[in-house]
Amino acid sequence: MIHSLFLINSSGDIFLEKHWKSVVSRSVCDYFFEAQERATEAENVPPVIPTPHHYLLNVYRHKIFFVAVIQTEVPPLFVIEFLHRVVDTFQDYFGVCSEVVIKDNVVVVYEVLEEMLDNGFPLATESNILKELIKPPTILRTVVNTITGSTNVGDQLPTGQLSVVPWRRTGVKYTNNEAYFDVIEEIDAIIDKSGSTITAEIQGVIDACVKLTGMPDLTLSFMNPRLLDDVSFHPCVRFKRWESERILSFIPPDGNFRLLSYHVSAQNLVAIPVYVKQNISFRDSSSLGRFEITVGPKQTMGKTVEGVMVTSQMPKGVLNMSLTPSQGMHTFDPVTKLLSWDVGKINPQKLPNLKGTMSLQAGTSKPDENPTINLQFKIQQLAISGLKVNRLDMYGEKYKPFKGIKYMTKAGKFQVRT
Amino acid sequence: PVTCRHDDLKEMLDSNKDSLKLEAMKRIVAMIARGKNASDLFPAVVKNVACKNIEVKKLVYVYLVRYAEEQQDLALLSISTFQRGLKDPNQLIRASALRVLSSIRVPIIVPIMMLAIKEAASDMSPYVRKTAAHAIPKLYSLDSDQKDQLIEVIEKLLADKTTLVAGSVVMAFEEVCPERIDLIHKNYRKLCNLLIDVEEWGQVVIINMLTRYARTQFLSPNQNESLLEENPEKAFYGSDEEDSKDDKPDAASLVKRKPYVMDPDHRLLLRNTKPLLQSRNAAVVMAVAQLYFHLAPKAEVGVIAKALVRLLRSHRSQGNWAAAKAALSVQGMFEPYLKSFYIRSTDPTQIKILKLEVLTNLANETNISTILREFQTYIRSMDKDFVAATIQAIGRCATNIGKVRDTCLNGLVQLLSNRDELVVAESVVVIKKLLQMQPSQHSEIIKHMAKLTDNIQVPMARASILWLIGEYCEHVPKIAPDVLRKMSKSFTGEEDIVKLQVINLAAKLYLTNSKQSKLLTQYVLNLAKYDQNYDIRDRARFIRQLIVPTEKSGALNKYAKKLFLAQKPAPILESSFKDRDHFQLGSLSHLLNAKAVGYQELPDWPDEAPDPSVRNVEVPYGAWQGLPTLRFSLSLSFPDPESVSESESESSSSSSESGSDSGSRGEESGDQSEEEEEEKKKKKKGKEGPRKVCPESAGRYHRHWRGEGAGSATSWELRNTSRDMGGLQPISPCLDSFTSPALERRDQLITSQPQHVPTAFLPPSAQMLSPVFSTMKTYELLHRMAGEGLSVEYYFNRQPFPPDPHMVAVQIQFSNNTESEVKNLRVSEPKLVSGMRIQEFQEIALMPGSMVGIDTCPQLPGVNWAGSFSLWHVSSSTHSRQFYVSIQPPVGELMAPVFMSENEFKKEQSKLTGMSEITEKLTLLDKCQSDHTIVQRVTAAANVSRVPCGADNEYRFAAKTVTSGSLILITLEQKEAARAHLTVNSEKMVIGTMLVQDISQALAQ
Repeated sequence: MIHSLFLINSSGDIFLEKHWKSVVSRSVCDYFFEAQERATEAENVPPVIPTPHHYLLNVYRHKIFFVAVIQTEVPPLFVIEFLHRVVDTFQDYFGVCSEVVIKDNVVVVYEVLEEMLDNGFPLATESNILKELIKPPTILRTVVNTITGSTNVGDQLPTGQLSVVPWRRTGVKYTNNEAYFDVIEEIDAIIDKSGSTITAEIQGVIDACVKLTGMPDLTLSFMNPRLLDDVSFHPCVRFKRWESERILSFIPPDGNFRLLSYHVSAQNLVAIPVYVKQNISFRDSSSLGRFEITVGPKQTMGKTVEGVMVTSQMPKGVLNMSLTPSQGMHTFDPVTKLLSWDVGKINPQKLPNLKGTMSLQAGTSKPDENPTINLQFKIQQLAISGLKVNRLDMYGEKYKPFKGIKYMTKAGKFQVRT
Repeated sequence: PVTCRHDDLKEMLDSNKDSLKLEAMKRIVAMIARGKNASDLFPAVVKNVACKNIEVKKLVYVYLVRYAEEQQDLALLSISTFQRGLKDPNQLIRASALRVLSSIRVPIIVPIMMLAIKEAASDMSPYVRKTAAHAIPKLYSLDSDQKDQLIEVIEKLLADKTTLVAGSVVMAFEEVCPERIDLIHKNYRKLCNLLIDVEEWGQVVIINMLTRYARTQFLSPNQNESLLEENPEKAFYGSDEEDSKDDKPDAASLVKRKPYVMDPDHRLLLRNTKPLLQSRNAAVVMAVAQLYFHLAPKAEVGVIAKALVRLLRSHRSQGNWAAAKAALSVQGMFEPYLKSFYIRSTDPTQIKILKLEVLTNLANETNISTILREFQTYIRSMDKDFVAATIQAIGRCATNIGKVRDTCLNGLVQLLSNRDELVVAESVVVIKKLLQMQPSQHSEIIKHMAKLTDNIQVPMARASILWLIGEYCEHVPKIAPDVLRKMSKSFTGEEDIVKLQVINLAAKLYLTNSKQSKLLTQYVLNLAKYDQNYDIRDRARFIRQLIVPTEKSGALNKYAKKLFLAQKPAPILESSFKDRDHFQLGSLSHLLNAKAVGYQELPDWPDEAPDPSVRNVEVPYGAWQGLPTLRFSLSLSFPDPESVSESESESSSSSSESGSDSGSRGEESGDQSEEEEEEKKKKKKGKEGPRKVCPESAGRYHRHWRGEGAGSATSWELRNTSRDMGGLQPISPCLDSFTSPALERRDQLITSQPQHVPTAFLPPSAQMLSPVFSTMKTYELLHRMAGEGLSVEYYFNRQPFPPDPHMVAVQIQFSNNTESEVKNLRVSEPKLVSGMRIQEFQEIALMPGSMVGIDTCPQLPGVNWAGSFSLWHVSSSTHSRQFYVSIQPPVGELMAPVFMSENEFKKEQSKLTGMSEITEKLTLLDKCQSDHTIVQRVTAAANVSRVPCGADNEYRFAAKTVTSGSLILITLEQKEAARAHLTVNSEKMVIGTMLVQDISQALAQ
C-alpha cells in the first residue's frame, strides 16, 4: 500500500518525509519535479506519475504537494482519498494547514502520520480517535508543555477504537451542550452571453459542530427531503433509516464534521440570484477597447447579496486597463492579465458598475476570444434550493441541548461567458 | 559541529530527567521527519525503550521502527521489552507491542514475530487480532518462506466475526495469498453482511477482493444479452454453437439452456454493496462502482452513474477524474448528466480534456446540436491545447454522426482562417480525415486548403494538405501540379514528414498526370536522393524504381498506379478510453493502461458455475447418486404461547391471570409493538429477498449427517421441496453480538429503534465455528441405543424464523449409525398440549448420500415452533419402528437479544420493579470470575445480548421474549469475596424465576 509520503512546497523543497515501510530515497521525487516542470501550473501536475520502480500519487492543497509513493497495485483513489484525509486531519489539528504550521508542529505531525497508517494501510483516520492518541496543540498547552516539559501524547490509553461507536470518543463532557448545523449550498452555473442559463446545479453540505455530553443520539428531519437527489453521508448516519423514512439518524462525532453532502435534483429549476450585464468590445483598428460590467440581483428571495467578487482572465493582448468602479476596489495584474473587482454588497437601488477602457497591444489584431467572468457571492440565511430543516431531536441523554441551524448560499463555480 | 550537537542529545538521553529525554527525543524525531540522518544516536536511544514515561517511549518506538533495519544487532536489545508487552493484560499495550515488533525489519527475529502473530491471532481482544492481521504482510515481506504458516493464520482470522478485523485480514490475504480464493468460500456471506460496518478503507479492499471472487464463482449475468448486444456476429456463432450442442444429449448443455438465474450469493453481494455508493469516501464509491461495472447485469449498472458524477463534481476532483475516467466510457449511462460535463474556463486543462472526451462519447443524434453549440464556445477559449482537443472532438462527432458531418466540416473550414496557427493546423488534420470519407463533394475545400500551404507552417498540417492533394489530385487537376512546383522549391527547408509527403505527391502526380509533372518529380527525387535523412533517401530510391519505367524495372511497375492510388479506408477516430477493458476498473493499472506490480487479473466469468454449496458453512459432500430415498415429514401444532407461557410446570391450559396480564400489556404498548412487528417483517423481507428470486436453489440443501461411530456414518443429501423451508438458510452470516462492537450499530442502522429485537442479525448458529463460543449446546432427542442406530439431536440455533418472528427455531439432526440406510423416516402427527402452535411445513424428501466417515457440522433444517416450554411429542418412524420423543426447550431459548444503551436499560429497569423483580444471591466459583467466562456462561444459558455498563463489577444483559416481546433485563453484580447478586426484571414472572435458576446454575457449574 502506501510506502512513503513527501511534503513538497511550491519552491520544490521537500520539508517532511515519512516512511511506513523501508525507506525510499527522496531522490524518487525527481520524477515528480520533472512532471511539475512540464505541467507549468500546479493544478496540471498529473495525479499519478509512474516511475521505473514506484508510482507517485499526489494532491495539491494549501500550496503543498502531498506526494505518496507506492510500489504495487493499489486503487489510485484509495491513496488520493487518504492524502486528502491527511490534509483534513492537519487542518482539524492546527486550524490551518500550511508549510509553516507543519514545520512548527513537526513532532505532532510525525506522530499523527505514524498512527494514521500501519505498514501503509490506514489504521486510525477518524480525527476523534487520533485526538485521543495525540492531543492537538493549543496555546495553553504549548505554554504548559514548555514549562513542564511534557508533550502532546495522550497520557491515557485511548479506548475510542474499541468503542461501539468508533467515530465518537467516550466520556465527553460539556457544561454548555450545543449542536449547530450549517446548511451551505453552492451554485455551480454557466451563464451565456445573453444571460440565459446553460447549466446550473446546486451542491449542498450540512456541516455540524456538535458539543454534547455523553452519547447523544440525534435525528434531523427535513420539511422537503425530496429535494435531495444524491446524498453522501458521514459514516455515523444510519443508511436504512434514511432509505425508509428520509430522516437523518446518527450518533454524532464530537466536534466539527460534515454530516451530509447532497446534490439537488436536476429537475428543479435553479434560481440564479445575480445577473451580470457586460459590454466588452475590442476594435480591430484601435488600440483601445471598451469594458463595462454591471452586477445586479435577480432571484434573491429578498435577501442581500454580499461578498461579491468578480474576476476575469483577460486576453493576452490586453496591456492595461483603466477602469472606474462605482463601489469596491479593483485590480488588474498586467503580467497575469487577471482582473479582479471586490464589489462587496449589492445595493439594488444603486447597482455596482465597473467601466473604462482597455489598452491593447498596438499593431496586433483584436483577440478572437472574449474573457469569461467568474463570480463569487454569499447570501446569508437562505438555502437557494428551498431546503428546510424541520426538527432536530435528541435521544439517549437527559439534558436539553441548545440547537441552532444556519443557512447560507454561495457561488460555487459560477461563470458568465461573454 | 553536527557531532557536537549529537553529543549534546546523547547526554540528554542519558540523563535521569524524563523532561530532558523527551526534549532530546522530540528533536531527534524532528530530524527524522526532515529526512536528516540520526542513525548514530541508535545506542543512546535504544537504552530508553523500557522508559516508564509513555511519551518518551512512544517517540523511542518511532525511532526504532525507522532505524532498526540499519542497526540490527543493537535493535535486538529492545526485543525483550516488546515480548513482555505482548503479555500485558491491557489489550492496547499488547497491540502496540506487536505493532512495533512487527515493524522492525530485522530478519533474525522472524521466528519471534511468527510466534507473536500466532498468539495474537487468538487473542481475546479484536483490536489485538486486527494488529495481528496487519503484522502478517509485514512478516511476509521480510521472509516469504513463512507463507504457509501465515496462510494458516489468515485462514483463522478470516473466520473472525468482527468488523474490526475483517478489513485488515482481507488486506493481508490480498498481499500474501490472493490466489487462495478457496479460503474465501466459507467467509463469503459473512464478509458481505459485515461490509457496511467495516471501516472505509477495509471496505475498499474487501469490495475489490469480492469482485475478483465473484468473477470466479458466478455466471455472467449478461450471458444472454452480451451475445446479442455487443456483437451480432458473435451471437450468430454463439447460437450455432448452442445448436450443435443441442444435437448431443449432453447434460451440461441442457443446464446451459435454462434461463439464467442469478446465484443468491451474487445478488447478496450486489445488494449489500449498493448503499456504500453513498459513502463520503471516494475510494469506496469507486470500489462499488467497479464492482457493479464488472458484476452487475447491464440493466443495473446505471445506478453508479449518479455516484460517479458526484465524485467528479467534487471540488477536489482532480484525482477523481483520473480514476473514474474509464467508467465514463460506459455508453449512455451518463446521458442524463450531460450538462455536468460542460467545461468552465477555470478548469485545469487535464479536466477540460477529460470532460471533452466524455461529451464526445455522449454525443448522439438527439443531443449533437447542443453539444456542437458548446464546442463552438470552447473553440474561442484562450487555452490553445484545449482548442486543439475540441477540434479533434468535433472531428469525432462528425465521423460518428453522419447527420452533422457537413455542418462540422463547414465549421472546421471556417477555422482555417483562424489567426492561431495551432488551431488551423489541427483543423487541417481533422478535415483531412473527414474528407477521406467523401472526397468527391469537397474539391472546393481541397482547393482552399491547397492555398494554405503558402501560410501554414506546422509540419503535420502541411503534410496533411499534401497528402490530401496527392490522394485526390484528380479532383483538383489544375492546382495539384502547381502545389508540387511550389513545394519542390522549398523542399530542402521542409521537415522530414513534409518531405516524405512531397515525394508522395510527386509520385502520384507522375502516375496520373505525367505530362505536367514528370520533370518536377524527377527534380524532387533528385533532391531527395541527397537528403540527410536516410528514410527520405530510401523512399526516393524506392519510388523512382517503382514509377519510372526503365528496361530493368520489374513487374511491379505495371501496378504502380494501383499501389499508390488504391482506395484507402477512412480512419476511425476513436476515444482514448478504449482498449483498457481488460484491467479492473479503478485500479492503478487501469489508469496507467499498463500492468502494475502486484495487479491481480480480473478473471473471466466461468462457463459453468462452480459448486455454490462451497459457501455453505458445512463441508461439501461427496458423490451421492443412486441411493435409496429417505422421506421425512413432520406436522406439529402448538398451543398459543401467550397462554402457556405462564404455566410451565403444570402443562395444563393457561390461567385466567395470564390472560389479563397479556391483555393489559397489549393496551399499554400495543401500538408500539405492532409497529415493531411490521418493521421486523419488512426487515425479513429485505433479507430474504434474493432467496425468493430462486426458491429452487434456496430450498435445496446439501447436508452431512454426522455419525458418532467413526467410519459408520452416512452422508445424505436432504432435498427440501417445501417453500416454507426456504426460510431456513443453510448458512447464516456469522455475527456475534459480543465479538462485534459494530454490530449494535448495524442494528441501529436498520431501524434505529433501540428497543427492537435485532433478530435478523443475531444468528449465532455460526457459533459452531466460533473459537470463543465453541460449544453449541445440543440436546438429545433419541439415543442411538434406543433408536437402534438412529440418533436424533436438536439444538436451538437462535436464528429468527422468517415466516413468523414469534416462533423459535429448532434444528434437529439425524445421525445414522447403522451399516444400512434408514428409509422412510417421518415425523408423524405430534401430540400437542392444547394451545400450542407449530409452523407447518410439507413433506421433505431426503436423498441419502453415500457412506462418508468424516465429521461435519450438523446443521439441519429444524422443527420450528412457537416459543413456549410445554412438552410436545414427536413420533418418528422408520419403516419398521416408531419412537416417541419430546422436546422441552430451556427458558433461555425463548427470547431474542435486544440492544439498548445503559440509560435505556436503567429506564426500563425502573419500570419493572416489585413483583417483576427477582433477585438471587450466589457465589461465583474461581474459574468463573473473569469477564469473559461470565458473559459466555450467561449467553450460553440464555439468548441475550450484553448491555454496555459503566461499572466494572456489573454485567447487564437484555432480551425480549420471542412470542410477546416482553422485556427481560438481567443484572449480575459482583460483590467482594466471590459473592454476586443476580437480578432479573421481567413482567413474565415465571420466565424470570426460571431464568434466574438457569443462569445461577450455569454460573455455578
